[in-house]
Amino acid sequence: MASRGAARDGFVAHVGRRSLETARALADVKTWGPLLAGQMRRLGVDSVPIALFIAVFTGIVLSLLSSYIFTGTVPMYFVGALVGKTVMMELGPVLTGMALAGRVGASIAAELGTMKVTEQVDALETLAYDPNSYLIVPRVLAATLMFPVVTAFAMAVGVGAGWVTSINLLDLSTPEFLKGLKQFYQFKDIWFGLVKSASFGAAVALMGCLRGLDARAGAAGVGLSTTRAVVLGCEAILVLDAFWALVLL
Amino acid sequence: MIVLDNLAKSFGSKQVLRGVSLEVPDGRNTVIIGPSGIGKSVTLKLIVGLIEPDGGAVEVDGEVVHQMDRRRLAELRGRVGYVFQFAALFDSMTVAENIRLGLVKRGHGEDVIRERIEESLAVVDLPGVEDKYPAELSGGMRKRVGIARAIALKPHYILYDEPTTGLDPITSAVMDQFMIRTRDLGVTGLVVTHDMRSAFSVGDRIAMLHEGSIRQVGTVGEIQATEDPIVRQFIEGRPGPPAPAPAGRFE
Ligand SMILES: Nc1ncnc2c1ncn2[C@@H]1O[C@H](COP(=O)(O)OP(=O)(O)OP(=O)(O)O)[C@@H](O)[C@H]1O
Ligand SMILES: [Mg+2]
Repeated sequence: MASRGAARDGFVAHVGRRSLETARALADVKTWGPLLAGQMRRLGVDSVPIALFIAVFTGIVLSLLSSYIFTGTVPMYFVGALVGKTVMMELGPVLTGMALAGRVGASIAAELGTMKVTEQVDALETLAYDPNSYLIVPRVLAATLMFPVVTAFAMAVGVGAGWVTSINLLDLSTPEFLKGLKQFYQFKDIWFGLVKSASFGAAVALMGCLRGLDARAGAAGVGLSTTRAVVLGCEAILVLDAFWALVLL
Repeated sequence: MIVLDNLAKSFGSKQVLRGVSLEVPDGRNTVIIGPSGIGKSVTLKLIVGLIEPDGGAVEVDGEVVHQMDRRRLAELRGRVGYVFQFAALFDSMTVAENIRLGLVKRGHGEDVIRERIEESLAVVDLPGVEDKYPAELSGGMRKRVGIARAIALKPHYILYDEPTTGLDPITSAVMDQFMIRTRDLGVTGLVVTHDMRSAFSVGDRIAMLHEGSIRQVGTVGEIQATEDPIVRQFIEGRPGPPAPAPAGRFE
Protein backbone atom coordinates (compact mmCIF):
# COMPACT_ATOMS: atom_id res chain seq x y z
CA MET A 1 0.00 0.00 0.00
CA ALA A 2 2.76 2.39 0.98
CA SER A 3 4.54 1.87 -2.30
CA ARG A 4 1.30 2.46 -4.16
CA GLY A 5 0.90 5.73 -2.33
CA ALA A 6 4.46 6.67 -3.24
CA ALA A 7 3.84 5.73 -6.86
CA ARG A 8 0.77 7.93 -6.83
CA ASP A 9 2.71 10.90 -5.42
CA GLY A 10 5.28 10.32 -8.11
CA PHE A 11 2.53 10.33 -10.68
CA VAL A 12 1.06 13.58 -9.38
CA ALA A 13 4.48 15.23 -9.59
CA HIS A 14 4.89 13.76 -13.05
CA VAL A 15 1.52 15.15 -14.16
CA GLY A 16 2.50 18.53 -12.75
CA ARG A 17 5.79 18.57 -14.60
CA ARG A 18 4.25 17.42 -17.86
CA SER A 19 1.48 20.01 -17.54
CA LEU A 20 4.09 22.73 -17.18
CA GLU A 21 6.03 21.48 -20.18
CA THR A 22 2.80 21.33 -22.14
CA ALA A 23 1.93 24.87 -21.14
CA ARG A 24 5.33 25.98 -22.33
CA ALA A 25 4.84 24.11 -25.59
CA LEU A 26 1.74 26.27 -26.22
CA ALA A 27 4.10 28.95 -27.51
CA ASP A 28 5.13 26.65 -30.35
CA VAL A 29 2.05 27.49 -32.43
CA LYS A 30 3.80 26.64 -35.68
CA THR A 31 3.99 23.01 -34.66
CA TRP A 32 0.57 22.37 -33.15
CA GLY A 33 -1.46 24.89 -35.13
CA PRO A 34 -1.84 22.83 -38.30
CA LEU A 35 -2.81 19.73 -36.28
CA LEU A 36 -5.56 21.30 -34.20
CA ALA A 37 -8.45 21.14 -36.64
CA GLY A 38 -7.89 17.46 -37.36
CA GLN A 39 -7.85 16.61 -33.67
CA MET A 40 -10.98 18.70 -33.05
CA ARG A 41 -12.79 16.74 -35.69
CA ARG A 42 -11.54 13.43 -34.43
CA LEU A 43 -12.06 14.04 -30.72
CA GLY A 44 -15.12 16.25 -30.91
CA VAL A 45 -17.31 15.79 -33.93
CA ASP A 46 -17.01 12.03 -33.91
CA SER A 47 -18.11 11.95 -30.28
CA VAL A 48 -21.42 13.70 -30.87
CA PRO A 49 -23.57 10.59 -31.50
CA ILE A 50 -22.66 8.85 -28.24
CA ALA A 51 -23.13 12.08 -26.27
CA LEU A 52 -26.58 12.66 -27.79
CA PHE A 53 -27.59 9.08 -27.17
CA ILE A 54 -26.80 9.51 -23.49
CA ALA A 55 -28.51 12.88 -23.35
CA VAL A 56 -31.78 11.56 -24.76
CA PHE A 57 -32.08 8.89 -22.11
CA THR A 58 -30.96 11.20 -19.34
CA GLY A 59 -33.69 13.66 -20.31
CA ILE A 60 -36.36 10.95 -20.39
CA VAL A 61 -35.39 9.48 -17.04
CA LEU A 62 -35.05 12.86 -15.34
CA SER A 63 -38.53 13.97 -16.30
CA LEU A 64 -40.09 10.68 -15.20
CA LEU A 65 -38.12 10.75 -11.98
CA SER A 66 -39.02 14.32 -11.12
CA SER A 67 -42.71 13.73 -11.80
CA TYR A 68 -42.53 10.73 -9.47
CA ILE A 69 -40.89 12.89 -6.79
CA PHE A 70 -43.15 15.93 -7.22
CA THR A 71 -46.55 14.28 -7.67
CA GLY A 72 -48.79 15.34 -4.82
CA THR A 73 -46.28 17.66 -3.16
CA VAL A 74 -44.90 20.20 -5.58
CA PRO A 75 -46.55 21.77 -8.63
CA MET A 76 -45.78 19.70 -11.70
CA TYR A 77 -44.25 22.56 -13.66
CA PHE A 78 -41.22 22.06 -11.44
CA VAL A 79 -40.42 19.12 -13.68
CA GLY A 80 -39.18 21.64 -16.24
CA ALA A 81 -36.99 23.30 -13.61
CA LEU A 82 -35.44 20.08 -12.41
CA VAL A 83 -34.78 18.70 -15.86
CA GLY A 84 -33.27 21.98 -17.03
CA LYS A 85 -31.06 22.60 -14.02
CA THR A 86 -29.83 19.06 -13.68
CA VAL A 87 -29.08 18.56 -17.34
CA MET A 88 -27.30 21.87 -17.78
CA MET A 89 -25.37 22.00 -14.54
CA GLU A 90 -24.53 18.43 -13.76
CA LEU A 91 -25.62 15.48 -15.83
CA GLY A 92 -24.97 17.03 -19.22
CA PRO A 93 -21.34 17.88 -18.53
CA VAL A 94 -20.54 14.90 -16.31
CA LEU A 95 -22.17 12.12 -18.29
CA THR A 96 -20.87 13.52 -21.55
CA GLY A 97 -17.46 13.83 -19.94
CA MET A 98 -17.54 10.23 -18.75
CA ALA A 99 -18.60 8.95 -22.13
CA LEU A 100 -15.87 10.93 -23.82
CA ALA A 101 -13.33 9.84 -21.20
CA GLY A 102 -13.93 6.35 -22.49
CA ARG A 103 -13.87 7.29 -26.11
CA VAL A 104 -11.35 10.10 -26.28
CA GLY A 105 -9.10 9.10 -23.39
CA ALA A 106 -8.81 5.53 -24.62
CA SER A 107 -8.17 6.45 -28.22
CA ILE A 108 -5.48 8.98 -27.30
CA ALA A 109 -3.76 6.59 -24.90
CA ALA A 110 -3.84 3.72 -27.38
CA GLU A 111 -2.55 5.89 -30.20
CA LEU A 112 0.29 7.53 -28.28
CA GLY A 113 1.07 4.27 -26.48
CA THR A 114 1.54 2.50 -29.78
CA MET A 115 3.67 5.36 -31.05
CA LYS A 116 5.76 5.17 -27.92
CA VAL A 117 6.45 1.44 -27.99
CA THR A 118 7.18 1.42 -31.72
CA GLU A 119 9.70 4.25 -31.19
CA GLN A 120 7.68 6.69 -33.26
CA VAL A 121 7.88 9.16 -30.39
CA ASP A 122 11.67 8.79 -30.37
CA ALA A 123 11.68 9.24 -34.14
CA LEU A 124 9.69 12.44 -33.75
CA GLU A 125 12.29 13.75 -31.33
CA THR A 126 15.17 12.89 -33.64
CA LEU A 127 13.43 14.98 -36.30
CA ALA A 128 13.72 17.86 -33.82
CA TYR A 129 10.06 17.92 -32.83
CA ASP A 130 8.99 18.38 -29.25
CA PRO A 131 6.40 15.67 -28.48
CA ASN A 132 4.75 18.13 -26.10
CA SER A 133 3.97 20.52 -28.90
CA TYR A 134 3.40 17.96 -31.60
CA LEU A 135 1.41 15.33 -29.73
CA ILE A 136 0.08 16.66 -26.43
CA VAL A 137 -0.88 20.28 -27.10
CA PRO A 138 -3.14 19.70 -30.13
CA ARG A 139 -4.98 16.89 -28.35
CA VAL A 140 -5.45 18.66 -25.04
CA LEU A 141 -6.46 21.87 -26.75
CA ALA A 142 -8.87 20.13 -29.09
CA ALA A 143 -10.53 18.31 -26.20
CA THR A 144 -10.74 21.51 -24.13
CA LEU A 145 -12.47 23.27 -26.99
CA MET A 146 -14.68 20.42 -28.17
CA PHE A 147 -15.97 18.95 -24.89
CA PRO A 148 -18.05 22.11 -24.26
CA VAL A 149 -19.38 22.04 -27.80
CA VAL A 150 -20.45 18.42 -27.52
CA THR A 151 -21.83 19.13 -24.06
CA ALA A 152 -23.86 22.05 -25.37
CA PHE A 153 -25.51 19.74 -27.88
CA ALA A 154 -26.10 17.22 -25.13
CA MET A 155 -27.73 19.88 -22.93
CA ALA A 156 -30.09 20.94 -25.67
CA VAL A 157 -31.01 17.38 -26.58
CA GLY A 158 -31.34 16.35 -22.93
CA VAL A 159 -33.75 19.17 -22.13
CA GLY A 160 -35.58 18.48 -25.38
CA ALA A 161 -35.99 14.83 -24.49
CA GLY A 162 -37.26 15.82 -21.05
CA TRP A 163 -39.79 18.10 -22.66
CA VAL A 164 -41.03 15.51 -25.15
CA THR A 165 -41.37 12.99 -22.36
CA SER A 166 -43.25 15.45 -20.15
CA ILE A 167 -45.88 16.32 -22.70
CA ASN A 168 -46.34 12.78 -23.93
CA LEU A 169 -46.03 10.60 -20.88
CA LEU A 170 -46.80 13.03 -18.06
CA ASP A 171 -49.78 15.26 -17.55
CA LEU A 172 -47.83 18.33 -18.49
CA SER A 173 -48.28 20.92 -21.21
CA THR A 174 -45.56 22.71 -23.09
CA PRO A 175 -46.28 26.08 -21.40
CA GLU A 176 -46.07 24.44 -17.99
CA PHE A 177 -42.78 22.75 -18.78
CA LEU A 178 -41.36 26.00 -20.15
CA LYS A 179 -42.59 27.91 -17.13
CA GLY A 180 -40.60 25.69 -14.81
CA LEU A 181 -37.61 25.79 -17.10
CA LYS A 182 -37.61 29.59 -17.30
CA GLN A 183 -38.50 30.43 -13.73
CA PHE A 184 -35.34 28.98 -12.28
CA TYR A 185 -33.05 29.41 -15.25
CA GLN A 186 -29.99 31.59 -14.79
CA PHE A 187 -27.41 32.26 -17.45
CA LYS A 188 -24.84 30.89 -15.03
CA ASP A 189 -26.35 27.41 -15.33
CA ILE A 190 -25.12 27.11 -18.87
CA TRP A 191 -21.68 28.58 -18.57
CA PHE A 192 -21.09 26.71 -15.34
CA GLY A 193 -21.75 23.49 -17.23
CA LEU A 194 -19.61 24.52 -20.16
CA VAL A 195 -16.64 25.65 -18.08
CA LYS A 196 -16.76 22.37 -16.25
CA SER A 197 -16.82 20.39 -19.44
CA ALA A 198 -13.86 22.33 -20.81
CA SER A 199 -11.86 21.35 -17.76
CA PHE A 200 -13.03 17.75 -18.16
CA GLY A 201 -11.80 17.79 -21.73
CA ALA A 202 -8.38 19.07 -20.71
CA ALA A 203 -8.08 16.46 -17.95
CA VAL A 204 -9.24 13.52 -20.05
CA ALA A 205 -6.94 14.36 -22.94
CA LEU A 206 -3.97 15.03 -20.67
CA MET A 207 -4.42 11.70 -18.87
CA GLY A 208 -4.69 9.94 -22.21
CA CYS A 209 -1.50 11.60 -23.46
CA LEU A 210 0.53 11.00 -20.31
CA ARG A 211 -0.56 7.40 -19.91
CA GLY A 212 0.05 6.75 -23.57
CA LEU A 213 3.54 8.25 -23.51
CA ASP A 214 4.38 6.22 -20.41
CA ALA A 215 3.29 2.97 -22.02
CA ARG A 216 5.55 -0.02 -21.49
CA ALA A 217 6.65 -2.16 -24.37
CA GLY A 218 4.22 -4.64 -25.87
CA ALA A 219 0.57 -4.80 -26.70
CA ALA A 220 -0.26 -5.60 -23.06
CA GLY A 221 1.56 -2.42 -21.99
CA VAL A 222 -0.53 -0.33 -24.35
CA GLY A 223 -3.70 -2.03 -23.15
CA LEU A 224 -2.84 -1.28 -19.54
CA SER A 225 -2.09 2.36 -20.31
CA THR A 226 -5.39 2.68 -22.11
CA THR A 227 -7.36 1.28 -19.18
CA ARG A 228 -5.50 3.51 -16.75
CA ALA A 229 -6.11 6.56 -18.89
CA VAL A 230 -9.86 5.94 -18.85
CA VAL A 231 -9.99 5.32 -15.11
CA LEU A 232 -7.86 8.38 -14.36
CA GLY A 233 -9.93 10.48 -16.74
CA CYS A 234 -13.14 9.52 -14.96
CA GLU A 235 -11.59 10.14 -11.55
CA ALA A 236 -10.35 13.52 -12.68
CA ILE A 237 -13.84 14.43 -13.90
CA LEU A 238 -15.40 13.64 -10.53
CA VAL A 239 -12.74 15.56 -8.62
CA LEU A 240 -13.01 18.56 -10.92
CA ASP A 241 -16.79 18.40 -10.69
CA ALA A 242 -16.60 18.76 -6.92
CA PHE A 243 -13.96 21.45 -7.26
CA TRP A 244 -16.10 23.62 -9.53
CA ALA A 245 -19.13 23.15 -7.29
CA LEU A 246 -17.10 24.45 -4.37
CA VAL A 247 -15.54 27.33 -6.26
CA LEU A 248 -18.30 28.57 -8.51
CA LEU A 249 -21.58 27.85 -6.74
CA MET B 1 33.29 14.78 -33.70
CA ILE B 2 31.28 12.55 -31.39
CA VAL B 3 33.00 11.49 -28.18
CA LEU B 4 31.59 8.97 -25.76
CA ASP B 5 33.22 9.45 -22.42
CA ASN B 6 32.84 6.69 -19.85
CA LEU B 7 29.10 6.29 -20.46
CA ALA B 8 27.11 4.34 -17.92
CA LYS B 9 23.47 3.43 -18.10
CA SER B 10 21.23 1.09 -16.11
CA PHE B 11 17.60 0.16 -16.44
CA GLY B 12 16.31 -0.73 -13.01
CA SER B 13 18.82 -3.12 -11.50
CA LYS B 14 20.19 -4.08 -14.90
CA GLN B 15 23.41 -2.31 -15.74
CA VAL B 16 23.67 -2.13 -19.51
CA LEU B 17 26.63 0.20 -20.05
CA ARG B 18 29.41 0.34 -17.49
CA GLY B 19 31.80 2.85 -18.97
CA VAL B 20 31.79 3.11 -22.73
CA SER B 21 34.46 5.37 -24.19
CA LEU B 22 34.78 5.82 -27.92
CA GLU B 23 35.75 8.52 -30.35
CA VAL B 24 33.90 8.82 -33.63
CA PRO B 25 36.21 10.75 -35.92
CA ASP B 26 34.73 13.02 -38.57
CA GLY B 27 34.44 11.91 -42.16
CA ARG B 28 34.74 8.20 -41.42
CA ASN B 29 32.45 5.29 -40.75
CA THR B 30 32.79 3.82 -37.30
CA VAL B 31 31.08 0.51 -36.73
CA ILE B 32 29.93 -0.81 -33.38
CA ILE B 33 29.57 -4.57 -33.25
CA GLY B 34 28.40 -6.73 -30.40
CA PRO B 35 25.90 -9.41 -29.52
CA SER B 36 22.19 -8.85 -29.16
CA GLY B 37 21.01 -7.04 -26.05
CA ILE B 38 24.45 -5.69 -25.18
CA GLY B 39 23.37 -2.03 -25.39
CA LYS B 40 24.17 -0.92 -28.92
CA SER B 41 20.83 0.75 -29.50
CA VAL B 42 21.01 2.30 -26.04
CA THR B 43 24.38 3.79 -26.96
CA LEU B 44 22.98 5.40 -30.10
CA LYS B 45 20.00 6.78 -28.18
CA LEU B 46 22.35 8.33 -25.63
CA ILE B 47 24.12 10.18 -28.44
CA VAL B 48 21.01 12.03 -29.57
CA GLY B 49 19.75 12.57 -26.03
CA LEU B 50 16.75 10.24 -26.24
CA ILE B 51 17.98 8.75 -22.97
CA GLU B 52 20.07 10.35 -20.26
CA PRO B 53 23.25 8.67 -19.05
CA ASP B 54 23.62 7.69 -15.38
CA GLY B 55 27.30 8.51 -15.61
CA GLY B 56 29.77 9.88 -18.13
CA ALA B 57 28.81 12.06 -21.06
CA VAL B 58 28.40 12.27 -24.81
CA GLU B 59 29.98 15.21 -26.52
CA VAL B 60 28.96 16.20 -30.01
CA ASP B 61 31.06 18.95 -31.57
CA GLY B 62 32.40 19.78 -28.13
CA GLU B 63 29.04 20.11 -26.41
CA VAL B 64 27.73 17.79 -23.73
CA VAL B 65 24.43 16.34 -24.92
CA HIS B 66 22.67 15.77 -21.59
CA GLN B 67 23.32 19.38 -20.55
CA MET B 68 21.61 20.86 -23.59
CA ASP B 69 18.25 22.60 -23.27
CA ARG B 70 15.40 21.78 -25.65
CA ARG B 71 16.46 24.33 -28.22
CA ARG B 72 20.09 23.18 -28.35
CA LEU B 73 18.91 19.59 -28.47
CA ALA B 74 16.68 20.36 -31.44
CA GLU B 75 19.67 21.94 -33.17
CA LEU B 76 21.80 18.91 -32.41
CA ARG B 77 19.15 16.65 -33.88
CA GLY B 78 19.26 18.74 -37.02
CA ARG B 79 22.90 17.71 -37.38
CA VAL B 80 22.50 14.06 -36.45
CA GLY B 81 20.33 11.74 -38.52
CA TYR B 82 19.02 8.61 -36.84
CA VAL B 83 18.05 5.41 -38.61
CA PHE B 84 15.99 3.29 -36.23
CA GLN B 85 16.47 -0.43 -35.89
CA PHE B 86 12.82 -1.08 -36.67
CA ALA B 87 12.41 1.95 -38.93
CA ALA B 88 9.99 3.69 -36.54
CA LEU B 89 7.98 5.16 -39.41
CA PHE B 90 4.90 7.17 -38.51
CA ASP B 91 2.24 4.66 -39.41
CA SER B 92 -0.57 7.15 -39.81
CA MET B 93 1.37 8.94 -42.55
CA THR B 94 2.39 8.04 -46.07
CA VAL B 95 6.03 7.55 -46.96
CA ALA B 96 6.23 11.04 -48.43
CA GLU B 97 4.69 12.58 -45.32
CA ASN B 98 7.16 10.69 -43.16
CA ILE B 99 10.06 12.25 -45.02
CA ARG B 100 8.37 15.62 -45.30
CA LEU B 101 7.92 16.04 -41.54
CA GLY B 102 11.58 16.66 -40.75
CA LEU B 103 12.00 18.92 -43.77
CA VAL B 104 9.04 21.07 -42.79
CA LYS B 105 10.52 21.52 -39.32
CA ARG B 106 13.68 22.88 -40.88
CA GLY B 107 11.66 25.43 -42.78
CA HIS B 108 12.37 24.24 -46.31
CA GLY B 109 10.15 25.43 -49.13
CA GLU B 110 7.73 23.19 -50.97
CA ASP B 111 10.03 22.80 -54.01
CA VAL B 112 13.01 21.75 -51.96
CA ILE B 113 10.85 19.36 -49.96
CA ARG B 114 9.50 17.63 -53.04
CA GLU B 115 12.95 17.40 -54.53
CA ARG B 116 14.48 15.97 -51.37
CA ILE B 117 11.74 13.37 -50.99
CA GLU B 118 12.27 12.16 -54.52
CA GLU B 119 16.04 12.27 -54.22
CA SER B 120 16.25 10.39 -50.94
CA LEU B 121 13.84 7.68 -52.09
CA ALA B 122 15.91 7.26 -55.24
CA VAL B 123 19.05 6.82 -53.14
CA VAL B 124 17.52 3.92 -51.22
CA ASP B 125 16.18 2.55 -54.48
CA LEU B 126 12.50 2.92 -53.68
CA PRO B 127 10.98 5.18 -56.32
CA GLY B 128 7.21 5.35 -56.54
CA VAL B 129 6.28 4.46 -52.96
CA GLU B 130 5.55 8.06 -51.92
CA ASP B 131 1.85 7.53 -51.39
CA LYS B 132 2.03 4.16 -49.68
CA TYR B 133 1.51 3.72 -45.96
CA PRO B 134 4.18 1.90 -43.91
CA ALA B 135 1.79 -1.00 -43.31
CA GLU B 136 1.75 -1.61 -47.08
CA LEU B 137 5.53 -2.02 -47.26
CA SER B 138 7.74 -4.99 -46.47
CA GLY B 139 10.08 -4.82 -43.47
CA GLY B 140 13.10 -4.16 -45.67
CA MET B 141 11.31 -1.43 -47.59
CA ARG B 142 10.31 0.24 -44.33
CA LYS B 143 13.87 0.17 -43.20
CA ARG B 144 14.98 1.88 -46.37
CA VAL B 145 12.29 4.52 -45.97
CA GLY B 146 13.69 5.09 -42.48
CA ILE B 147 17.08 5.70 -44.04
CA ALA B 148 15.57 8.01 -46.65
CA ARG B 149 13.86 9.99 -43.89
CA ALA B 150 17.20 10.51 -42.14
CA ILE B 151 19.28 11.38 -45.21
CA ALA B 152 16.68 13.76 -46.67
CA LEU B 153 17.75 16.20 -43.95
CA LYS B 154 21.38 16.09 -45.10
CA PRO B 155 22.82 15.67 -41.62
CA HIS B 156 26.53 15.85 -40.70
CA TYR B 157 26.31 12.62 -38.79
CA ILE B 158 24.16 9.59 -39.39
CA LEU B 159 23.59 6.92 -36.76
CA TYR B 160 22.50 3.69 -38.38
CA ASP B 161 20.97 1.09 -36.09
CA GLU B 162 21.39 -2.23 -37.91
CA PRO B 163 20.79 -0.85 -41.38
CA THR B 164 21.20 -4.18 -43.15
CA THR B 165 19.46 -6.57 -40.77
CA GLY B 166 16.43 -8.03 -42.47
CA LEU B 167 17.50 -7.03 -45.97
CA ASP B 168 18.26 -9.53 -48.70
CA PRO B 169 21.97 -9.89 -49.57
CA ILE B 170 21.75 -7.72 -52.66
CA THR B 171 19.84 -4.92 -51.04
CA SER B 172 22.15 -5.02 -48.08
CA ALA B 173 25.16 -4.75 -50.38
CA VAL B 174 23.44 -1.76 -51.97
CA MET B 175 22.99 -0.27 -48.48
CA ASP B 176 26.68 -0.84 -47.79
CA GLN B 177 27.62 0.98 -50.97
CA PHE B 178 25.28 3.75 -49.99
CA MET B 179 26.90 4.14 -46.57
CA ILE B 180 30.33 4.26 -48.18
CA ARG B 181 29.18 6.83 -50.72
CA THR B 182 27.62 8.95 -48.00
CA ARG B 183 30.87 8.88 -46.09
CA ASP B 184 32.75 9.94 -49.20
CA LEU B 185 30.45 12.95 -49.35
CA GLY B 186 31.79 13.91 -45.94
CA VAL B 187 29.08 12.53 -43.68
CA THR B 188 30.28 10.87 -40.51
CA GLY B 189 28.65 7.51 -39.95
CA LEU B 190 28.20 5.47 -36.81
CA VAL B 191 26.89 2.07 -37.77
CA VAL B 192 25.58 -0.50 -35.33
CA THR B 193 25.44 -3.98 -36.76
CA HIS B 194 26.03 -7.64 -36.16
CA ASP B 195 26.39 -8.31 -39.85
CA MET B 196 30.18 -8.80 -40.03
CA ARG B 197 30.31 -8.73 -43.81
CA SER B 198 28.69 -5.31 -43.73
CA ALA B 199 30.90 -4.17 -40.85
CA PHE B 200 34.06 -5.00 -42.75
CA SER B 201 32.95 -3.41 -46.00
CA VAL B 202 31.49 -0.21 -44.53
CA GLY B 203 33.72 0.40 -41.53
CA ASP B 204 36.87 2.45 -41.36
CA ARG B 205 37.07 1.60 -37.70
CA ILE B 206 35.35 -1.12 -35.77
CA ALA B 207 34.60 -1.16 -32.07
CA MET B 208 33.31 -4.16 -30.23
CA LEU B 209 30.94 -3.64 -27.33
CA HIS B 210 31.13 -6.36 -24.73
CA GLU B 211 29.70 -6.52 -21.22
CA GLY B 212 29.09 -2.82 -20.91
CA SER B 213 32.30 -1.42 -22.33
CA ILE B 214 34.34 -1.29 -25.52
CA ARG B 215 36.36 -4.48 -25.70
CA GLN B 216 38.49 -3.50 -28.66
CA VAL B 217 38.58 -0.79 -31.25
CA GLY B 218 40.70 -0.74 -34.38
CA THR B 219 40.83 -0.66 -38.15
CA VAL B 220 39.20 -3.44 -40.14
CA GLY B 221 42.62 -5.07 -40.55
CA GLU B 222 43.36 -4.88 -36.85
CA ILE B 223 40.04 -6.39 -35.91
CA GLN B 224 40.33 -9.15 -38.50
CA ALA B 225 43.75 -10.03 -37.10
CA THR B 226 42.70 -9.74 -33.47
CA GLU B 227 44.08 -12.09 -30.88
CA ASP B 228 41.37 -11.26 -28.36
CA PRO B 229 39.45 -14.54 -28.01
CA ILE B 230 36.11 -12.82 -27.38
CA VAL B 231 36.37 -10.56 -30.41
CA ARG B 232 37.60 -13.49 -32.51
CA GLN B 233 34.70 -15.61 -31.44
CA PHE B 234 32.21 -12.89 -32.32
CA ILE B 235 33.57 -12.02 -35.75
CA GLU B 236 33.86 -15.66 -36.66
CA GLY B 237 30.39 -16.32 -35.35
CA ARG B 238 31.34 -19.35 -33.28
CA PRO B 239 28.88 -20.40 -30.60
CA GLY B 240 30.31 -20.17 -27.09
CA PRO B 241 31.55 -23.19 -25.19
CA PRO B 242 28.59 -25.17 -23.88
CA ALA B 243 27.65 -24.20 -20.36
CA PRO B 244 28.79 -26.85 -17.87
CA ALA B 245 25.94 -29.03 -16.64
CA PRO B 246 24.81 -27.96 -13.18
CA ALA B 247 26.51 -30.15 -10.62
CA GLY B 248 24.45 -32.87 -8.99
CA ARG B 249 21.70 -32.63 -11.55
CA PHE B 250 22.02 -36.15 -12.90
CA GLU B 251 23.05 -37.96 -9.77
N1 LIG C 1 13.79 1.77 -22.33
C1 LIG C 1 14.30 0.67 -21.76
N2 LIG C 1 13.83 0.24 -20.58
C2 LIG C 1 14.32 -0.85 -19.99
N3 LIG C 1 15.31 -1.61 -20.50
C3 LIG C 1 15.82 -1.24 -21.68
C4 LIG C 1 15.34 -0.09 -22.36
N4 LIG C 1 16.04 0.02 -23.52
C5 LIG C 1 16.91 -1.01 -23.53
N5 LIG C 1 16.79 -1.77 -22.43
C6 LIG C 1 17.59 -2.96 -22.11
O1 LIG C 1 18.93 -2.66 -22.37
C7 LIG C 1 19.58 -3.76 -22.94
C8 LIG C 1 20.29 -3.35 -24.21
O2 LIG C 1 19.32 -3.04 -25.18
P1 LIG C 1 19.69 -2.58 -26.64
O3 LIG C 1 18.41 -2.37 -27.36
O4 LIG C 1 20.65 -1.47 -26.62
O5 LIG C 1 20.41 -3.87 -27.21
P2 LIG C 1 21.13 -4.02 -28.61
O6 LIG C 1 22.58 -4.18 -28.35
O7 LIG C 1 20.72 -2.93 -29.51
O8 LIG C 1 20.55 -5.42 -29.08
P3 LIG C 1 20.02 -5.84 -30.55
O9 LIG C 1 21.22 -6.15 -31.33
O10 LIG C 1 19.19 -7.04 -30.28
O11 LIG C 1 19.24 -4.68 -31.07
C9 LIG C 1 18.54 -4.82 -23.15
O12 LIG C 1 18.68 -5.78 -22.13
C10 LIG C 1 17.23 -4.11 -22.99
O13 LIG C 1 16.30 -4.95 -22.38
MG1 LIG D 1 19.47 -2.72 -31.01
